[in-house]
Amino acid sequence: MTTSNPQSFERESSWNIDQATFLKALRQRYTFDKVFATLALLAVVFSLFVLAVLLIDVFIDGIGRVNWSFLTSFPSRRPAEAGLVSALVGTVWVMVLVALITFPVGVGAGVFLEEFISDNWFARAIEINISNLAAVPSIIYGLLGLQVFVRVMFPITQGRSILSGALTLSLLVLPIVIIATRESLRAVPGSIRQAGFALGATRWQVVREHVLPLAMPGVLTGVILALSRAIGETAPLITIGALTYIPFLPELSLKGLQSPFTVLPIQIFNWVSRPQADFYSLAAGGIIVLMVVLLLMNATAIYLRNRFQK
Amino acid sequence: MISDSMNQTLTEAALRAQNVFVYYGSTLAVRDVTLDIPKNKITAFIGPSGCGKSTILRCFNRTNDLISGARVEGKITFHGRDLYAKGVDPVEVRRRIGMVFQKPNPFPKSIYENIAFGARINGYQGNMDELVEQSLRSAAIWDEVKDKLKESGLSLSGGQQQRLCIARAIAIEPEIILMDEPCSALDPISTLKVEELMQQLKERYTIVIVTHNMQQASRVSDKTAFFNAEATDKGGKVGYLVEYDDTSTIFSNPKQEYTRDYVSGRFG
Repeated sequence: MTTSNPQSFERESSWNIDQATFLKALRQRYTFDKVFATLALLAVVFSLFVLAVLLIDVFIDGIGRVNWSFLTSFPSRRPAEAGLVSALVGTVWVMVLVALITFPVGVGAGVFLEEFISDNWFARAIEINISNLAAVPSIIYGLLGLQVFVRVMFPITQGRSILSGALTLSLLVLPIVIIATRESLRAVPGSIRQAGFALGATRWQVVREHVLPLAMPGVLTGVILALSRAIGETAPLITIGALTYIPFLPELSLKGLQSPFTVLPIQIFNWVSRPQADFYSLAAGGIIVLMVVLLLMNATAIYLRNRFQK
Repeated sequence: MISDSMNQTLTEAALRAQNVFVYYGSTLAVRDVTLDIPKNKITAFIGPSGCGKSTILRCFNRTNDLISGARVEGKITFHGRDLYAKGVDPVEVRRRIGMVFQKPNPFPKSIYENIAFGARINGYQGNMDELVEQSLRSAAIWDEVKDKLKESGLSLSGGQQQRLCIARAIAIEPEIILMDEPCSALDPISTLKVEELMQQLKERYTIVIVTHNMQQASRVSDKTAFFNAEATDKGGKVGYLVEYDDTSTIFSNPKQEYTRDYVSGRFG
Protein backbone atom coordinates (compact mmCIF):
# COMPACT_ATOMS: atom_id res chain seq x y z
CA MET A 1 0.00 0.00 0.00
CA THR A 2 2.92 2.33 0.60
CA THR A 3 3.81 2.44 -3.08
CA SER A 4 0.37 3.35 -4.33
CA ASN A 5 -0.32 6.72 -5.77
CA PRO A 6 -2.96 8.45 -3.68
CA GLN A 7 -4.47 10.04 -6.80
CA SER A 8 -5.51 6.71 -8.28
CA PHE A 9 -7.34 3.76 -6.81
CA GLU A 10 -4.43 1.50 -7.59
CA ARG A 11 -3.58 -1.16 -5.08
CA GLU A 12 -1.96 -4.52 -5.04
CA SER A 13 -4.17 -7.36 -6.10
CA SER A 14 -3.97 -10.86 -7.38
CA TRP A 15 -5.33 -9.85 -10.76
CA ASN A 16 -2.00 -8.68 -12.14
CA ILE A 17 -3.60 -6.04 -14.34
CA ASP A 18 -1.73 -2.78 -14.40
CA GLN A 19 -3.58 0.47 -14.37
CA ALA A 20 -2.77 1.36 -17.99
CA THR A 21 -4.25 -1.86 -19.36
CA PHE A 22 -7.34 -1.42 -17.25
CA LEU A 23 -7.86 2.15 -18.43
CA LYS A 24 -7.36 1.14 -22.05
CA ALA A 25 -9.95 -1.61 -21.73
CA LEU A 26 -12.26 0.79 -19.96
CA ARG A 27 -12.06 3.26 -22.85
CA GLN A 28 -12.91 0.42 -25.19
CA ARG A 29 -15.92 -0.52 -23.06
CA TYR A 30 -17.16 3.07 -23.19
CA THR A 31 -16.76 3.01 -26.97
CA PHE A 32 -19.04 -0.01 -27.17
CA ASP A 33 -21.59 1.86 -25.08
CA LYS A 34 -21.54 4.74 -27.53
CA VAL A 35 -21.78 2.48 -30.57
CA PHE A 36 -24.79 0.71 -29.16
CA ALA A 37 -26.50 3.92 -28.14
CA THR A 38 -25.96 5.30 -31.65
CA LEU A 39 -27.41 2.19 -33.28
CA ALA A 40 -30.46 2.34 -31.03
CA LEU A 41 -30.88 6.02 -31.86
CA LEU A 42 -30.65 5.24 -35.57
CA ALA A 43 -33.42 2.67 -35.21
CA VAL A 44 -35.66 5.30 -33.61
CA VAL A 45 -34.81 7.96 -36.20
CA PHE A 46 -35.39 5.57 -39.07
CA SER A 47 -38.85 4.48 -37.93
CA LEU A 48 -39.90 8.02 -37.07
CA PHE A 49 -38.59 9.25 -40.42
CA VAL A 50 -40.62 6.71 -42.39
CA LEU A 51 -43.71 7.54 -40.36
CA ALA A 52 -43.16 11.28 -40.84
CA VAL A 53 -42.75 10.90 -44.62
CA LEU A 54 -45.98 8.90 -44.79
CA LEU A 55 -47.89 11.41 -42.68
CA ILE A 56 -46.57 14.45 -44.52
CA ASP A 57 -47.32 12.87 -47.88
CA VAL A 58 -50.87 12.04 -46.82
CA PHE A 59 -51.38 15.49 -45.38
CA ILE A 60 -50.15 17.26 -48.50
CA ASP A 61 -52.43 15.15 -50.68
CA GLY A 62 -55.48 15.08 -48.49
CA ILE A 63 -55.72 18.03 -46.14
CA GLY A 64 -57.31 20.17 -48.85
CA ARG A 65 -60.19 17.70 -49.11
CA VAL A 66 -60.99 17.52 -45.43
CA ASN A 67 -63.78 19.99 -44.89
CA TRP A 68 -67.30 19.98 -43.61
CA SER A 69 -68.92 18.83 -46.83
CA PHE A 70 -66.40 15.96 -47.13
CA LEU A 71 -67.41 14.83 -43.66
CA THR A 72 -71.14 15.19 -44.27
CA SER A 73 -71.61 14.02 -47.90
CA PHE A 74 -72.34 10.54 -49.09
CA PRO A 75 -70.01 8.87 -51.57
CA SER A 76 -70.49 9.88 -55.17
CA ARG A 77 -69.22 9.11 -58.65
CA ARG A 78 -68.19 12.74 -58.97
CA PRO A 79 -65.07 13.32 -56.84
CA ALA A 80 -65.97 16.92 -56.14
CA GLU A 81 -69.21 15.91 -54.43
CA ALA A 82 -67.99 12.75 -52.74
CA GLY A 83 -67.79 12.46 -48.99
CA LEU A 84 -67.44 9.77 -46.37
CA VAL A 85 -70.21 10.35 -43.89
CA SER A 86 -71.60 6.83 -44.25
CA ALA A 87 -68.16 5.28 -43.79
CA LEU A 88 -67.38 7.51 -40.82
CA VAL A 89 -70.67 6.69 -39.12
CA GLY A 90 -70.19 3.02 -40.02
CA THR A 91 -66.74 3.01 -38.42
CA VAL A 92 -68.03 4.68 -35.27
CA TRP A 93 -70.91 2.22 -35.02
CA VAL A 94 -68.70 -0.80 -35.56
CA MET A 95 -66.01 0.38 -33.15
CA VAL A 96 -68.51 1.15 -30.38
CA LEU A 97 -69.99 -2.30 -30.80
CA VAL A 98 -66.58 -3.98 -30.90
CA ALA A 99 -65.61 -2.18 -27.69
CA LEU A 100 -68.89 -3.15 -26.02
CA ILE A 101 -68.44 -6.79 -27.01
CA THR A 102 -64.72 -7.29 -26.48
CA PHE A 103 -64.37 -5.49 -23.18
CA PRO A 104 -66.71 -7.67 -21.10
CA VAL A 105 -66.04 -10.90 -22.98
CA GLY A 106 -62.27 -10.45 -23.24
CA VAL A 107 -61.76 -9.24 -19.68
CA GLY A 108 -64.14 -11.89 -18.36
CA ALA A 109 -62.29 -14.66 -20.17
CA GLY A 110 -58.94 -13.29 -19.01
CA VAL A 111 -60.09 -13.09 -15.39
CA PHE A 112 -61.50 -16.60 -15.50
CA LEU A 113 -58.36 -18.09 -17.02
CA GLU A 114 -56.01 -16.24 -14.71
CA GLU A 115 -57.85 -16.11 -11.40
CA PHE A 116 -60.45 -18.85 -11.30
CA ILE A 117 -59.18 -22.06 -12.86
CA SER A 118 -56.10 -23.73 -11.56
CA ASP A 119 -53.04 -24.04 -13.70
CA ASN A 120 -53.57 -27.43 -15.34
CA TRP A 121 -53.08 -28.83 -18.83
CA PHE A 122 -56.53 -27.62 -19.84
CA ALA A 123 -55.68 -24.01 -18.94
CA ARG A 124 -52.35 -24.26 -20.70
CA ALA A 125 -53.98 -25.71 -23.84
CA ILE A 126 -56.42 -22.80 -23.89
CA GLU A 127 -53.58 -20.34 -23.37
CA ILE A 128 -51.58 -21.71 -26.31
CA ASN A 129 -54.64 -21.70 -28.53
CA ILE A 130 -55.55 -18.13 -27.67
CA SER A 131 -52.01 -17.02 -28.48
CA ASN A 132 -52.30 -18.84 -31.80
CA LEU A 133 -55.66 -17.24 -32.51
CA ALA A 134 -54.06 -13.81 -32.14
CA ALA A 135 -51.80 -14.70 -35.06
CA VAL A 136 -54.47 -16.07 -37.43
CA PRO A 137 -54.72 -13.93 -40.61
CA SER A 138 -57.71 -11.63 -40.48
CA ILE A 139 -59.22 -12.93 -43.71
CA ILE A 140 -59.81 -16.27 -41.99
CA TYR A 141 -61.95 -14.45 -39.43
CA GLY A 142 -63.76 -12.88 -42.39
CA LEU A 143 -64.60 -16.34 -43.75
CA LEU A 144 -65.73 -17.48 -40.32
CA GLY A 145 -67.87 -14.36 -39.91
CA LEU A 146 -69.38 -14.86 -43.34
CA GLN A 147 -70.55 -18.36 -42.47
CA VAL A 148 -71.49 -17.91 -38.83
CA PHE A 149 -72.72 -14.35 -38.49
CA VAL A 150 -73.93 -13.57 -42.01
CA ARG A 151 -75.45 -16.92 -42.91
CA VAL A 152 -76.19 -19.04 -39.84
CA MET A 153 -77.21 -16.14 -37.60
CA PHE A 154 -79.12 -14.37 -40.36
CA PRO A 155 -82.33 -14.03 -38.31
CA ILE A 156 -80.44 -12.02 -35.71
CA THR A 157 -77.93 -10.13 -37.82
CA GLN A 158 -79.91 -9.74 -41.06
CA GLY A 159 -76.86 -10.75 -43.05
CA ARG A 160 -74.23 -8.25 -44.10
CA SER A 161 -74.96 -5.83 -41.34
CA ILE A 162 -73.15 -3.64 -38.83
CA LEU A 163 -73.79 -6.35 -36.26
CA SER A 164 -72.12 -9.05 -38.37
CA GLY A 165 -69.16 -6.79 -39.03
CA ALA A 166 -68.75 -5.90 -35.37
CA LEU A 167 -69.01 -9.52 -34.26
CA THR A 168 -66.41 -10.58 -36.82
CA LEU A 169 -63.98 -7.86 -35.75
CA SER A 170 -64.64 -8.69 -32.11
CA LEU A 171 -63.59 -12.30 -32.70
CA LEU A 172 -60.50 -11.00 -34.43
CA VAL A 173 -59.35 -8.82 -31.53
CA LEU A 174 -60.61 -10.86 -28.56
CA PRO A 175 -57.33 -12.80 -28.23
CA ILE A 176 -55.45 -9.50 -27.88
CA VAL A 177 -57.74 -8.35 -25.07
CA ILE A 178 -57.62 -11.72 -23.32
CA ILE A 179 -53.83 -11.93 -23.48
CA ALA A 180 -53.41 -8.33 -22.28
CA THR A 181 -55.84 -8.96 -19.43
CA ARG A 182 -54.00 -12.07 -18.31
CA GLU A 183 -50.63 -10.35 -18.50
CA SER A 184 -51.76 -7.44 -16.40
CA LEU A 185 -53.51 -9.69 -13.86
CA ARG A 186 -50.30 -11.67 -13.57
CA ALA A 187 -48.42 -8.46 -12.82
CA VAL A 188 -50.56 -7.84 -9.72
CA PRO A 189 -48.51 -9.06 -6.74
CA GLY A 190 -49.76 -12.24 -5.12
CA SER A 191 -49.46 -10.61 -1.70
CA ILE A 192 -52.51 -8.48 -2.52
CA ARG A 193 -54.57 -11.58 -3.20
CA GLN A 194 -53.32 -13.26 -0.03
CA ALA A 195 -54.19 -10.15 1.98
CA GLY A 196 -57.73 -10.28 0.62
CA PHE A 197 -58.17 -14.01 1.21
CA ALA A 198 -56.76 -13.75 4.72
CA LEU A 199 -59.58 -11.33 5.57
CA GLY A 200 -62.17 -13.87 4.51
CA ALA A 201 -62.86 -12.49 1.07
CA THR A 202 -64.13 -14.78 -1.65
CA ARG A 203 -62.25 -15.07 -4.91
CA TRP A 204 -64.65 -12.73 -6.67
CA GLN A 205 -64.36 -10.13 -3.90
CA VAL A 206 -60.58 -10.24 -4.11
CA VAL A 207 -60.65 -9.93 -7.89
CA ARG A 208 -63.34 -7.28 -8.01
CA GLU A 209 -62.04 -5.05 -5.22
CA HIS A 210 -58.29 -5.39 -5.44
CA VAL A 211 -56.86 -7.30 -8.35
CA LEU A 212 -58.90 -5.97 -11.25
CA PRO A 213 -58.58 -2.28 -10.33
CA LEU A 214 -54.81 -2.70 -10.17
CA ALA A 215 -54.79 -4.52 -13.49
CA MET A 216 -57.15 -2.07 -15.18
CA PRO A 217 -54.51 0.24 -16.72
CA GLY A 218 -52.90 -2.76 -18.42
CA VAL A 219 -56.27 -4.11 -19.50
CA LEU A 220 -57.17 -0.77 -21.06
CA THR A 221 -53.86 -0.67 -22.88
CA GLY A 222 -54.79 -4.03 -24.37
CA VAL A 223 -58.19 -2.71 -25.36
CA ILE A 224 -56.56 0.29 -27.06
CA LEU A 225 -54.30 -2.03 -29.04
CA ALA A 226 -57.22 -4.24 -29.95
CA LEU A 227 -59.44 -1.39 -31.12
CA SER A 228 -56.55 0.17 -33.05
CA ARG A 229 -56.18 -3.10 -34.88
CA ALA A 230 -59.91 -3.44 -35.50
CA ILE A 231 -60.39 0.07 -36.85
CA GLY A 232 -57.93 -0.50 -39.68
CA GLU A 233 -59.16 -3.94 -40.74
CA THR A 234 -60.51 -4.17 -44.27
CA ALA A 235 -60.16 -7.76 -45.42
CA PRO A 236 -62.56 -9.50 -43.05
CA LEU A 237 -65.23 -6.85 -43.60
CA ILE A 238 -64.94 -7.15 -47.38
CA THR A 239 -65.19 -10.91 -46.94
CA ILE A 240 -68.42 -10.68 -45.00
CA GLY A 241 -69.69 -8.32 -47.66
CA ALA A 242 -69.61 -4.82 -46.31
CA LEU A 243 -70.68 -2.58 -49.19
CA THR A 244 -68.68 0.30 -50.56
CA TYR A 245 -71.55 2.48 -51.67
CA ILE A 246 -73.86 3.34 -48.81
CA PRO A 247 -76.00 6.39 -49.56
CA PHE A 248 -77.79 6.39 -46.19
CA LEU A 249 -77.11 6.31 -42.47
CA PRO A 250 -78.22 3.49 -40.20
CA GLU A 251 -81.04 4.34 -37.85
CA LEU A 252 -80.14 4.96 -34.24
CA SER A 253 -81.95 1.86 -33.06
CA LEU A 254 -81.54 -1.88 -32.77
CA LYS A 255 -82.90 -2.09 -36.28
CA GLY A 256 -80.02 0.15 -37.36
CA LEU A 257 -77.59 -2.55 -36.25
CA GLN A 258 -79.01 -4.81 -38.90
CA SER A 259 -78.49 -2.40 -41.78
CA PRO A 260 -75.75 -2.70 -44.41
CA PHE A 261 -72.70 -0.60 -43.76
CA THR A 262 -69.29 0.46 -44.83
CA VAL A 263 -66.27 1.61 -42.86
CA LEU A 264 -63.47 4.08 -43.51
CA PRO A 265 -60.78 1.60 -44.61
CA ILE A 266 -63.14 0.11 -47.19
CA GLN A 267 -64.09 3.56 -48.46
CA ILE A 268 -60.40 4.49 -48.70
CA PHE A 269 -59.63 1.22 -50.44
CA ASN A 270 -62.44 1.89 -52.90
CA TRP A 271 -61.19 5.39 -53.71
CA VAL A 272 -57.60 4.27 -54.12
CA SER A 273 -58.62 1.64 -56.63
CA ARG A 274 -60.37 4.16 -58.90
CA PRO A 275 -58.49 5.32 -61.99
CA GLN A 276 -59.23 9.07 -61.63
CA ALA A 277 -56.50 11.01 -59.81
CA ASP A 278 -59.10 13.10 -57.95
CA PHE A 279 -60.12 10.07 -55.95
CA TYR A 280 -56.57 9.67 -54.66
CA SER A 281 -56.80 12.93 -52.78
CA LEU A 282 -60.17 11.79 -51.45
CA ALA A 283 -58.43 8.64 -50.20
CA ALA A 284 -55.76 10.76 -48.55
CA GLY A 285 -58.47 12.84 -46.91
CA GLY A 286 -60.13 9.62 -45.74
CA ILE A 287 -56.86 8.46 -44.19
CA ILE A 288 -56.60 11.73 -42.26
CA VAL A 289 -60.14 11.29 -40.94
CA LEU A 290 -59.43 7.66 -40.00
CA MET A 291 -56.31 8.74 -38.15
CA VAL A 292 -58.17 11.43 -36.23
CA VAL A 293 -60.86 8.92 -35.22
CA LEU A 294 -58.16 6.51 -34.07
CA LEU A 295 -56.39 9.21 -32.07
CA LEU A 296 -59.65 10.30 -30.43
CA MET A 297 -60.44 6.72 -29.52
CA ASN A 298 -57.00 6.14 -28.01
CA ALA A 299 -57.12 9.45 -26.19
CA THR A 300 -60.37 8.35 -24.54
CA ALA A 301 -58.85 5.06 -23.46
CA ILE A 302 -55.73 6.76 -22.14
CA TYR A 303 -57.89 9.23 -20.23
CA LEU A 304 -59.76 6.31 -18.65
CA ARG A 305 -56.51 4.55 -17.86
CA ASN A 306 -55.10 7.59 -16.09
CA ARG A 307 -58.25 7.88 -14.05
CA PHE A 308 -57.85 4.28 -12.94
CA GLN A 309 -54.23 4.78 -12.05
CA LYS A 310 -55.12 7.37 -9.43
CA MET B 1 -45.20 -36.16 20.66
CA ILE B 2 -41.65 -35.73 21.72
CA SER B 3 -42.23 -33.48 24.67
CA ASP B 4 -45.74 -32.71 25.71
CA SER B 5 -45.48 -30.64 28.79
CA MET B 6 -47.88 -31.53 31.54
CA ASN B 7 -49.49 -28.17 31.92
CA GLN B 8 -50.63 -28.15 28.33
CA THR B 9 -53.86 -29.82 29.28
CA LEU B 10 -54.58 -27.08 31.80
CA THR B 11 -55.04 -24.37 29.20
CA GLU B 12 -57.62 -24.68 26.50
CA ALA B 13 -56.24 -25.41 23.06
CA ALA B 14 -57.39 -23.02 20.38
CA LEU B 15 -55.93 -25.09 17.59
CA ARG B 16 -54.87 -28.69 17.63
CA ALA B 17 -52.77 -30.32 14.95
CA GLN B 18 -52.65 -34.09 14.95
CA ASN B 19 -50.24 -36.03 12.74
CA VAL B 20 -50.25 -33.38 10.05
CA PHE B 21 -48.40 -34.09 6.81
CA VAL B 22 -48.18 -31.46 4.07
CA TYR B 23 -47.37 -32.25 0.45
CA TYR B 24 -46.65 -29.95 -2.47
CA GLY B 25 -47.54 -32.07 -5.46
CA SER B 26 -45.91 -35.41 -4.73
CA THR B 27 -43.21 -33.90 -2.50
CA LEU B 28 -43.57 -34.27 1.22
CA ALA B 29 -42.81 -30.89 2.78
CA VAL B 30 -43.58 -31.44 6.46
CA ARG B 31 -44.13 -34.70 8.27
CA ASP B 32 -46.08 -35.74 11.27
CA VAL B 33 -46.65 -32.53 13.22
CA THR B 34 -48.70 -32.79 16.37
CA LEU B 35 -49.13 -29.79 18.64
CA ASP B 36 -51.69 -27.76 20.53
CA ILE B 37 -51.85 -23.98 20.28
CA PRO B 38 -53.01 -22.64 23.66
CA LYS B 39 -55.68 -19.98 23.78
CA ASN B 40 -54.71 -16.38 24.56
CA LYS B 41 -51.04 -17.19 24.44
CA ILE B 42 -48.32 -16.41 21.97
CA THR B 43 -46.84 -19.46 20.35
CA ALA B 44 -43.64 -19.08 18.36
CA PHE B 45 -42.45 -21.37 15.57
CA ILE B 46 -38.69 -21.27 15.13
CA GLY B 47 -36.29 -23.23 12.99
CA PRO B 48 -33.98 -22.97 10.00
CA SER B 49 -35.22 -22.06 6.52
CA GLY B 50 -37.18 -24.77 4.79
CA CYS B 51 -38.19 -26.54 7.98
CA GLY B 52 -41.88 -26.14 7.28
CA LYS B 53 -42.85 -23.69 10.00
CA SER B 54 -44.56 -21.31 7.58
CA THR B 55 -46.16 -24.24 5.81
CA ILE B 56 -47.73 -25.45 9.05
CA LEU B 57 -48.82 -21.91 9.87
CA ARG B 58 -50.59 -21.64 6.53
CA CYS B 59 -52.44 -24.88 7.22
CA PHE B 60 -54.16 -23.23 10.16
CA ASN B 61 -56.21 -20.87 8.01
CA ARG B 62 -56.21 -22.93 4.85
CA THR B 63 -54.12 -20.50 2.84
CA ASN B 64 -52.29 -23.56 1.52
CA ASP B 65 -55.48 -24.24 -0.43
CA LEU B 66 -54.52 -21.32 -2.65
CA ILE B 67 -51.28 -22.98 -3.72
CA SER B 68 -52.01 -25.41 -6.51
CA GLY B 69 -50.88 -28.92 -5.68
CA ALA B 70 -50.72 -28.38 -1.93
CA ARG B 71 -52.31 -31.16 0.11
CA VAL B 72 -52.78 -31.53 3.85
CA GLU B 73 -53.15 -34.88 5.59
CA GLY B 74 -53.89 -35.46 9.22
CA LYS B 75 -56.23 -33.49 11.39
CA ILE B 76 -56.30 -29.85 12.40
CA THR B 77 -59.09 -28.92 14.74
CA PHE B 78 -60.36 -25.53 15.76
CA HIS B 79 -62.72 -25.73 18.73
CA GLY B 80 -62.90 -29.44 18.10
CA ARG B 81 -64.03 -28.92 14.51
CA ASP B 82 -61.87 -30.39 11.75
CA LEU B 83 -60.73 -27.50 9.55
CA TYR B 84 -60.28 -29.80 6.57
CA ALA B 85 -63.54 -31.73 6.90
CA LYS B 86 -65.95 -31.73 4.01
CA GLY B 87 -68.35 -28.84 4.18
CA VAL B 88 -65.95 -26.54 5.99
CA ASP B 89 -65.75 -23.33 4.03
CA PRO B 90 -62.18 -21.99 3.82
CA VAL B 91 -63.53 -18.45 3.57
CA GLU B 92 -65.22 -18.87 6.94
CA VAL B 93 -62.05 -20.37 8.41
CA ARG B 94 -60.01 -17.37 7.29
CA ARG B 95 -62.58 -15.00 8.67
CA ARG B 96 -62.04 -16.62 12.12
CA ILE B 97 -58.30 -17.10 11.81
CA GLY B 98 -56.59 -14.00 10.49
CA MET B 99 -53.13 -13.64 9.09
CA VAL B 100 -50.32 -11.09 8.96
CA PHE B 101 -47.67 -11.65 6.34
CA GLN B 102 -43.91 -11.36 6.19
CA LYS B 103 -43.88 -8.36 3.90
CA PRO B 104 -46.37 -5.65 4.85
CA ASN B 105 -49.05 -5.85 2.18
CA PRO B 106 -51.60 -3.09 2.67
CA PHE B 107 -54.05 -2.67 -0.16
CA PRO B 108 -53.06 0.25 -2.39
CA LYS B 109 -56.09 2.11 -1.12
CA SER B 110 -56.78 4.55 1.67
CA ILE B 111 -55.90 3.66 5.25
CA TYR B 112 -59.60 3.81 6.08
CA GLU B 113 -60.52 1.47 3.24
CA ASN B 114 -57.79 -0.98 4.26
CA ILE B 115 -59.59 -1.49 7.56
CA ALA B 116 -63.13 -1.20 6.26
CA PHE B 117 -62.75 -3.77 3.47
CA GLY B 118 -62.74 -6.88 5.65
CA ALA B 119 -65.62 -5.64 7.74
CA ARG B 120 -67.69 -4.69 4.72
CA ILE B 121 -67.29 -7.98 2.86
CA ASN B 122 -68.09 -9.91 6.00
CA GLY B 123 -71.33 -8.03 6.43
CA TYR B 124 -70.46 -5.71 9.32
CA GLN B 125 -73.55 -3.69 10.26
CA GLY B 126 -72.26 -1.27 12.87
CA ASN B 127 -70.63 2.13 12.66
CA MET B 128 -67.72 1.82 10.28
CA ASP B 129 -65.93 4.97 11.46
CA GLU B 130 -65.93 3.62 14.99
CA LEU B 131 -64.67 0.23 13.92
CA VAL B 132 -61.84 1.80 11.93
CA GLU B 133 -60.78 3.97 14.84
CA GLN B 134 -61.03 1.16 17.34
CA SER B 135 -59.02 -1.23 15.15
CA LEU B 136 -56.32 1.34 14.54
CA ARG B 137 -56.19 2.09 18.25
CA SER B 138 -55.87 -1.59 19.08
CA ALA B 139 -52.97 -1.83 16.66
CA ALA B 140 -51.31 1.17 18.33
CA ILE B 141 -51.21 3.19 15.15
CA TRP B 142 -54.22 5.49 15.54
CA ASP B 143 -52.22 8.50 16.72
CA GLU B 144 -49.92 8.27 13.73
CA VAL B 145 -52.62 8.03 11.08
CA LYS B 146 -55.73 9.69 12.52
CA ASP B 147 -55.21 12.83 10.43
CA LYS B 148 -54.60 11.04 7.16
CA LEU B 149 -57.13 8.25 6.97
CA LYS B 150 -57.82 9.15 3.34
CA GLU B 151 -54.20 8.73 2.32
CA SER B 152 -52.92 5.57 0.72
CA GLY B 153 -51.81 2.77 3.02
CA LEU B 154 -48.65 2.66 0.95
CA SER B 155 -47.68 6.17 2.07
CA LEU B 156 -46.82 4.81 5.52
CA SER B 157 -43.42 3.52 6.61
CA GLY B 158 -42.78 -0.22 6.64
CA GLY B 159 -43.40 -0.56 10.37
CA GLN B 160 -46.57 1.48 10.17
CA GLN B 161 -47.75 -0.57 7.21
CA GLN B 162 -47.28 -3.75 9.21
CA ARG B 163 -49.28 -2.35 12.13
CA LEU B 164 -51.92 -1.28 9.62
CA CYS B 165 -52.02 -4.88 8.42
CA ILE B 166 -52.45 -6.03 12.01
CA ALA B 167 -55.23 -3.47 12.48
CA ARG B 168 -56.83 -4.78 9.31
CA ALA B 169 -56.62 -8.34 10.60
CA ILE B 170 -58.18 -7.56 13.97
CA ALA B 171 -60.92 -5.37 12.47
CA ILE B 172 -62.87 -8.49 11.59
CA GLU B 173 -62.34 -9.80 15.14
CA PRO B 174 -60.79 -13.17 14.45
CA GLU B 175 -60.04 -15.50 17.32
CA ILE B 176 -56.56 -16.33 16.18
CA ILE B 177 -53.94 -14.24 14.41
CA LEU B 178 -51.26 -16.04 12.48
CA MET B 179 -48.11 -14.01 11.90
CA ASP B 180 -45.61 -15.18 9.32
CA GLU B 181 -42.31 -13.48 10.18
CA PRO B 182 -44.10 -10.17 10.70
CA CYS B 183 -40.96 -8.25 11.65
CA SER B 184 -38.42 -9.60 9.21
CA ALA B 185 -38.83 -6.58 6.92
CA LEU B 186 -38.83 -4.06 9.76
CA ASP B 187 -36.18 -2.06 11.57
CA PRO B 188 -35.52 -2.77 15.29
CA ILE B 189 -37.68 0.10 16.56
CA SER B 190 -40.67 -0.92 14.45
CA THR B 191 -40.05 -4.50 15.51
CA LEU B 192 -40.20 -3.48 19.14
CA LYS B 193 -43.51 -1.70 18.55
CA VAL B 194 -45.01 -4.76 16.91
CA GLU B 195 -43.78 -6.94 19.76
CA GLU B 196 -45.32 -4.63 22.37
CA LEU B 197 -48.51 -4.70 20.35
CA MET B 198 -48.53 -8.50 20.38
CA GLN B 199 -48.34 -8.48 24.18
CA GLN B 200 -51.43 -6.27 24.29
CA LEU B 201 -53.26 -8.33 21.70
CA LYS B 202 -52.85 -11.66 23.43
CA GLU B 203 -55.41 -10.58 26.02
CA ARG B 204 -58.04 -10.95 23.34
CA TYR B 205 -56.47 -13.08 20.66
CA THR B 206 -54.47 -16.23 20.29
CA ILE B 207 -51.29 -15.51 18.38
CA VAL B 208 -49.04 -17.85 16.45
CA ILE B 209 -45.85 -16.30 15.14
CA VAL B 210 -43.24 -17.69 12.82
CA THR B 211 -39.89 -16.04 13.37
CA HIS B 212 -36.28 -16.41 12.36
CA ASN B 213 -35.27 -14.23 15.22
CA MET B 214 -34.67 -16.31 18.33
CA GLN B 215 -34.43 -13.28 20.59
CA GLN B 216 -37.86 -12.32 19.36
CA ALA B 217 -39.24 -15.77 20.12
CA SER B 218 -37.77 -15.70 23.60
CA ARG B 219 -38.99 -12.13 24.22
CA VAL B 220 -42.58 -12.44 23.07
CA SER B 221 -43.75 -16.02 23.21
CA ASP B 222 -45.19 -18.24 25.89
CA LYS B 223 -44.66 -21.46 24.00
CA THR B 224 -42.07 -22.29 21.38
CA ALA B 225 -42.04 -25.00 18.77
CA PHE B 226 -38.70 -25.83 17.20
CA PHE B 227 -38.84 -27.27 13.69
CA ASN B 228 -35.95 -28.73 11.79
CA ALA B 229 -35.43 -30.09 8.31
CA GLU B 230 -33.83 -33.34 7.37
CA ALA B 231 -32.54 -34.39 3.97
CA THR B 232 -34.46 -37.07 2.12
CA ASP B 233 -33.11 -39.77 -0.18
CA LYS B 234 -34.28 -37.82 -3.22
CA GLY B 235 -32.23 -34.77 -2.28
CA GLY B 236 -35.16 -32.78 -0.96
CA LYS B 237 -35.87 -31.62 2.55
CA VAL B 238 -38.63 -32.58 4.91
CA GLY B 239 -39.54 -30.48 7.89
CA TYR B 240 -40.57 -31.92 11.21
CA LEU B 241 -41.31 -30.78 14.73
CA VAL B 242 -38.35 -31.41 17.01
CA GLU B 243 -39.54 -30.03 20.28
CA TYR B 244 -42.46 -28.07 21.63
CA ASP B 245 -42.54 -26.68 25.11
CA ASP B 246 -42.74 -23.55 27.22
CA THR B 247 -40.49 -20.89 25.78
CA SER B 248 -38.39 -20.73 28.93
CA THR B 249 -37.77 -24.48 28.75
CA ILE B 250 -36.88 -24.41 25.06
CA PHE B 251 -34.35 -21.64 25.58
CA SER B 252 -32.86 -22.66 28.90
CA ASN B 253 -33.26 -26.38 29.23
CA PRO B 254 -34.33 -28.07 26.00
CA LYS B 255 -34.63 -31.83 25.98
CA GLN B 256 -33.34 -32.32 22.47
CA GLU B 257 -29.75 -31.74 21.52
CA TYR B 258 -30.79 -30.25 18.15
CA THR B 259 -32.83 -27.65 19.95
CA ARG B 260 -29.99 -26.78 22.27
CA ASP B 261 -27.61 -26.37 19.34
CA TYR B 262 -30.07 -24.22 17.48
CA VAL B 263 -31.07 -21.86 20.28
CA SER B 264 -27.48 -21.43 21.29
CA GLY B 265 -26.64 -20.43 17.71
CA ARG B 266 -24.46 -23.39 16.95
CA PHE B 267 -26.25 -24.17 13.68
CA GLY B 268 -29.06 -22.96 11.45
